[in-house]
Amino acid sequence: MKENNIEELERQFQEKIDNDIKIEPRDWMPDAYRDTLIRQISQHAHSEIVGMLPEGNWITRAPNLRRKAVLLAKVQDEAGHGLYLYSAAETLGADREETIDDLHSGKAKYSSIFNYPTLSWADMGAIGWLVDGAAIMNQVPLCRCSYGPYARAMVRVCKEESFHQRQGFEIMTTLANGTPEQKAMAQDALNRFWWPALMMFGPNDAESKHTEQSMRWKIKRQTNDELRQQFVDITVPQAEMIGLTIPDADLKFNTETGHYEFGEINWDEFWQVVKGNGPCNKDRVDARRKAKENGMWVREAAAAYAEKRANRNKEKRA
Amino acid sequence: MNKNLFEYLLRLGDDSLIIGHRLSEWCGHGPILEEDIAMTNMALDFIGQATTIFEYAAKVENTGRDADALAFLRYEREYRNVLLVEQPNEDFAVTMVRQFLFDAFRKPLYEALQNSSDTQIAAIAEKSLKETKYHLKHSSEWVIRLGDGTEESHEKAQYAVDTLWRYTDELFFENEVDAALQAENVIPSLIPIREEWQKTVTDVLTEATLSIPQNGWKQQGGRTGLHSEHLGYILAELQYMQRAYPGMKW
Ligand SMILES: [Fe+2]
Ligand SMILES: [Fe+2]
Repeated sequence: MKENNIEELERQFQEKIDNDIKIEPRDWMPDAYRDTLIRQISQHAHSEIVGMLPEGNWITRAPNLRRKAVLLAKVQDEAGHGLYLYSAAETLGADREETIDDLHSGKAKYSSIFNYPTLSWADMGAIGWLVDGAAIMNQVPLCRCSYGPYARAMVRVCKEESFHQRQGFEIMTTLANGTPEQKAMAQDALNRFWWPALMMFGPNDAESKHTEQSMRWKIKRQTNDELRQQFVDITVPQAEMIGLTIPDADLKFNTETGHYEFGEINWDEFWQVVKGNGPCNKDRVDARRKAKENGMWVREAAAAYAEKRANRNKEKRA
Repeated sequence: MNKNLFEYLLRLGDDSLIIGHRLSEWCGHGPILEEDIAMTNMALDFIGQATTIFEYAAKVENTGRDADALAFLRYEREYRNVLLVEQPNEDFAVTMVRQFLFDAFRKPLYEALQNSSDTQIAAIAEKSLKETKYHLKHSSEWVIRLGDGTEESHEKAQYAVDTLWRYTDELFFENEVDAALQAENVIPSLIPIREEWQKTVTDVLTEATLSIPQNGWKQQGGRTGLHSEHLGYILAELQYMQRAYPGMKW
């Protein structure tokens, strides 16, 4: 009897999804759907927050006042994205601090791209152009995700991501049109960030274990390979436009399919970085853990003060 | 060129630039995500203020140097910020107390500068005042929370007040530059501004259960270009790109 009931709930749930009716926090949902979303949304939130670090690395060294202000605003936006996403995860019953602790213990993942170092000013351009560009590719379909709070958070996030992508491309354009040193700096950044950017879309479809179920639940609306292809098709002409070379000897345009064909991604590197062996994994997680540990006394003070105040108000009223 | 006006604008602009730089060092490392956002936001306000002030200073100087050249290409002894704003962040208590001591000065200063006979300065002050009021509210609230929070936070906040107090007298530094500009009603006298600062600081520190240092030891030098050892390192980062790649557009 009870099992029938669950089957019926599941059937109704899938029917809603099939009819593009959004699932809201109070609605019934299968545990696996909830767990998958919590994992995906908190990973996404962690990526926003960890993603502040490689760009934060250049704020104090930005080359002029305008670039400094734009970079500050951009990194601040990423912190804001992290906040909306942690809130979206909380609507599913995930505790923000617990999810953050999972990041610090290495249990939770975040986008591997942020485990690469930012070595020059041009990396601010490459990150905006390629990393925010790839993020948009991933996130635009999520604006139609079946889970209401996540879809709505993505609508806000995507608007800002396109500003991030534009400012990055603008930095690259300026450098590519600049002096030989500047152009070399831009090319070097593209060389270092191109492949990691392609890896942002995750493993090939054949290797991706969650794709099928997530597509059925409309948590994911396009496969990794489809999104990666879209990204390459859009980005290659942009590189050509500003006179930079994509570091891929196998890259060629297929006139029949209308798509670019590109070389094999180094999946060994991908899995190494996912496992924690990228150039900056340890630095990134340590920086976040330290921020939390060093902030503990601040939170405690805020809580203690709030309590004192509440008590004083109570006494006053009594 | 009006040398006095230029000098005064460098004081205003450098205070904003350097405190903005210090705040921006927190970005990504704040004690609470909301506070990371708030400090980055304040940094952004200060960099914005510095930009407007340097743009005007460049016009006043009229030698072809632009705002970026003023911000990034002067030598250490040519910076005119007070020593207070270049002091290291250390921890959140030092950062917030530094911010509070500075905001409590900036607010009455901008209020008075709104009435400057120089319409550009009046406009800058009016625009910056709104942000400054918010900064002061934010930093005051944190000083109170930390001072009247836990024993640990109280100790840290008191340490911050005790350490930074020696740099507060310099906020009210005046010399012949001020006298000349005051005579033309470009800038106000700092005497009533100091009174208001004293009142704000006393009120907030009292509410925060923090004691006001009685130590009369005072450090000065920033306003005349004699800085602490910290400024050199700030400039090493701030100026890195402009020095490594001279004359390029970004
Ligand atoms: Fe973002
Ligand atoms: Fe972004």
